[in-house]
Parts: sequence; C-alpha cells; structure tokens
Amino acid sequence: MQLDDLYRRVIMDHYKNPRNRGKFDNDVLTVDLNNPTCGDRISLQLIVEDGIVKDARFTGEGCSISMSSASMMTEAVKGLTFEHALQLADRFSSLMKGEDVQFDELEDIEALSGVNKFPARIKCATLAWNALKKGIQES
Amino acid sequence: MNPALIKEQFPILNQEINGHPLVYLDSAASSQKPRKVLDALKHYYEWDNANVHRGVHTLGSRATDDYESARERVARFIGAKHTEEIIFTRGTTTAINLVASSYGPSVLGEGDEIVITPMEHHSNLIPWQQLALKTGAALKYIPLQPDGSVKLADVENTVTSKTKIVAMAYVSNVLGVVNPVKQIAEIAHRHGAVMVVDGAQSTPHMKVDVQDLDCDFYAFSGHKMCAPTGIGVLYGKKRLLEAMEPIEFGGEMIDDVGMYESTWKELPYKFEGGTPIIAGAVGLAAAIDFLEEIGMDEIHRHETKLAAYSIERLSEIEGISIYGPREREVGLITFNLDDVHPHDVATVLDASGIAIRAGHHCCQPLMRWLEASATARASFYLYNTEEDIDRLADALIQAKEYFK
Repeated sequence: MQLDDLYRRVIMDHYKNPRNRGKFDNDVLTVDLNNPTCGDRISLQLIVEDGIVKDARFTGEGCSISMSSASMMTEAVKGLTFEHALQLADRFSSLMKGEDVQFDELEDIEALSGVNKFPARIKCATLAWNALKKGIQES
Repeated sequence: MNPALIKEQFPILNQEINGHPLVYLDSAASSQKPRKVLDALKHYYEWDNANVHRGVHTLGSRATDDYESARERVARFIGAKHTEEIIFTRGTTTAINLVASSYGPSVLGEGDEIVITPMEHHSNLIPWQQLALKTGAALKYIPLQPDGSVKLADVENTVTSKTKIVAMAYVSNVLGVVNPVKQIAEIAHRHGAVMVVDGAQSTPHMKVDVQDLDCDFYAFSGHKMCAPTGIGVLYGKKRLLEAMEPIEFGGEMIDDVGMYESTWKELPYKFEGGTPIIAGAVGLAAAIDFLEEIGMDEIHRHETKLAAYSIERLSEIEGISIYGPREREVGLITFNLDDVHPHDVATVLDASGIAIRAGHHCCQPLMRWLEASATARASFYLYNTEEDIDRLADALIQAKEYFK
C-alpha cells in the first residue's frame, strides 16, 4: 500500500486551495449531505437554468479526500447539462470501482483513482457526487 | 503481567499489515480474541452444540449446562447477588433498549424526567430520547466540566423528585473519564430514581461490582472484552426485573400458551425469547476466565500506565489536541492533529500497520460539545505495550510531515 497512490499532488492542491468553496448570497438550490458513519458534511449549492448547471459552490467539513473531491466536482460540472453532469457522476462511480475511465472535462479527477485501493475512503470521495445527483433530482 | 506474552495468545495480532507488524489500538471499538476463547467456541460447536432448555438428549443437556454455567460465571464476575439477574442480550445496545422499552413506560409519564449526560454513546442516548418522546417525559442533561468530567454538585442540581431514571456511562468511550456512578446512584436513589449504568467501556478494563455500585441496571458487551460479537449482558436487580414485562415474545420465554393469552417463564428466561446466543455465552465465559486469570486489577493498572505513557508521548507532538482530563485511569486517548483530518491520520497510520479509530465514535452530541466534527482515538488493552505507543507517536509525526 502506497500512500502516494492515494494522496496525489493534485488532490492535496484541491484540499489546500479548494475551488468554489463558499456560499452564494441569493437563495439557490442547496443540498446538505452527511456521512453518518464518519461525520463528513457537505453543503452544495447549485445555480441551475434550463437544465444546465450554471454554477456550483460548496462548504463543509471533512478529510482531504472528501473536500478535494468536492472541489473537483464543482469545477467539473460548471456549464454542463444535467444529462452530462449525471453521466460524469456515473463515470466517477466507475472510477471508484477501479475501472479505467477518463475525465476530459477535468483531468484532475483521475487523480482520485487511487481511492479505489482504500475501500474505507470511497464514501469520502463520493459524498460530493451524491450531493450533485440529489441536487439535480430535486431541481 | 507481561503484555508481550499475552499478545502471543491472540493469533490475529501476529500478522503484518501493509508490511508492518500490526499494532491494534482500536479495542474500545472491539477487542481481539485470545486462543482460549477461539478454542472454547470450536469445542462447543464440535462437541456440545444443540438447542437449550428442551432437549432430552445428551447434547441438549450439555449445551444447556454450558449456557447456564456461563450465566453463573457472569454473575460472579460482576458480583450479582442472584444468577437470574443476568440476562443475555446481543450487546449493550440491546440491553439498554430492553430497560428503556420495558421498564421505562412503566414508571414514566408527562412531567417526569430522565437524566443523562452529553458524553453518552448513542446507545445510551437515543433509547432515552425515544422514551421521552413516547411518554412525554423530559430528557435532561447533567452539564460537563470543561475537561469533560461530571461534578456531583451538578448531578444534585439536575436530579429532582420528578426524575425516574438516571443513565450514564461508567467510562466514557471518548474522554477517558471514569464517572462516579456509585455516588450518582446514591443521589438517584435519594430522589426515588433508578440508576442505569452503561458498562461497555468499564467491564473489559476494571473490576466491577454491581452490588457495591448499587446500580439498578448494568449493561455491557462481550466483544469489547475478548468474547465474540453478538453476546452482551443486562444485569438488573431482581425485584425490578420481576416486575418488568418482556419485550420480545416467542419460543423459550413462555410458561403456558393459550389461543388468546399466554404467561411467561420466570427470570431470566422471560427476557430471552427465541433460541439464545449459546455459543456467544460460552465464549463470554471463556473470556472472563481468561481475564480473571490475569486479574482485572492487574489489567487496569497496566492500562492506566499505558494511558499515562501515551499522554506523555503524544503531548510532545506539536499541534496535537488531546481531549479529556490529563490524568486518567482509562486506556484510551482521543486527539486531533492540527491541519490533518482524523480520517487522513487513520489512513496514514494504517499504512504503517497501526489501527486506530477516526470519526465521531457514536457520540455526535459530545463531538458538538468538543467543537470537533471528528476526532482520532487510540485505545489500549491488555495486549498493548509501550512499544505500540512509541510506534503510534512516530507515525503521528510522520502523518504531520506528510500533510505539511
């Protein structure tokens, strides 16, 4: 087991300099999700218009994997149609199963492939994506 | 006692994890099992297994003897006055739920009170929450001191003549404090309330005498004290248990079954509906034999020493926060490293073969009180050594470096 397989430089960069961290001022679609087994929390805000994710921000508490994943997810889905965003979420699930998938939308996401070797941490990585799916369902 | 020799009796501990010898520091979540317990389970299934209390055949008698002598063993271990005060359950959670579901509604009504503390494990918190919601009773919390301990004056100020139940952990699974449950039972009794003690974290680690504590109910789990998962105990004072109604109905617990009404067996059987956890009880008795051969006081002394050593070693690490009082008699230490989330700490430690717990430890209200969303916890048992703590301290320093 190599720690560097999990904590790649790209992940640490998103953890220490999270993109899209914060809240929108106006009243927008908000999804609060937590991981009851470990205490991770995310609050995801989406601005949606005509079936497109216009913008996304998040706040929350959690480990490097959950927070970097949220940073990458919000970065990747901006401007995507719901269909495309959901398809991306599915591809992320495949990545967590160890499948060889590409993310041309944001290559950084591929750095999370190492999480697959750490079964206890998969739920950390998927938290933000589950919030996205819930948000799109609710919109 | 020699922990290195004790360690050899736990086959699981003799392995490498990620290329390093395993250091198991998560016994407060679940302990490992010695060969003696594993052998007892194997022997039971290879020689004695049958259902209890009904077989005329030899195996039926042997299984019944095994099961009932385990009950006697438990009664002696915790100093119960009567063997029938020992009810086998699935664990602490089931035991506390039994008290809340059966005893609770018989004494509580609107305006009455249940008193607990914010440090309770969810298993000694949610059953009382639910009971309060169902009966209209108020759930009150004894405030904690800044170091997480409970002051008797605060108990006096919280318990009133309306209080019917006081429930508390003997030992906190996060803060490592030992609550003065004997004195608190005395306060509860003075106000006409019963005292329920969550013994999940005390029973494995120190001598417990339920008559000396004078608690009314005492619950604990086997798996935290070298026994298998799925076996636990509810002790209750005989006169209280006798007056209580069963909450699970079916085989084993009946006296006479009519078409429309039935009557129950005597104690303890009326609370043990269905085929009981026979092998679990056999394993628990073997675990008690194992622990008592070493000596509960001896185990307690060893863990107190390890706790002091771990506080000394971990305090040297820059940027560490340790929760709970500095002086402690319990072998567990809950902490956080600045700028490294406890999950990341646990993963980095696992890469070095060290198993610790990270998360909220089934204590969400306490985590809020500590103003931490999650913490890391190392917990020690009779098989841990100072060398294990050295490895923990070194790995924590590495984790800090790694996340710099």
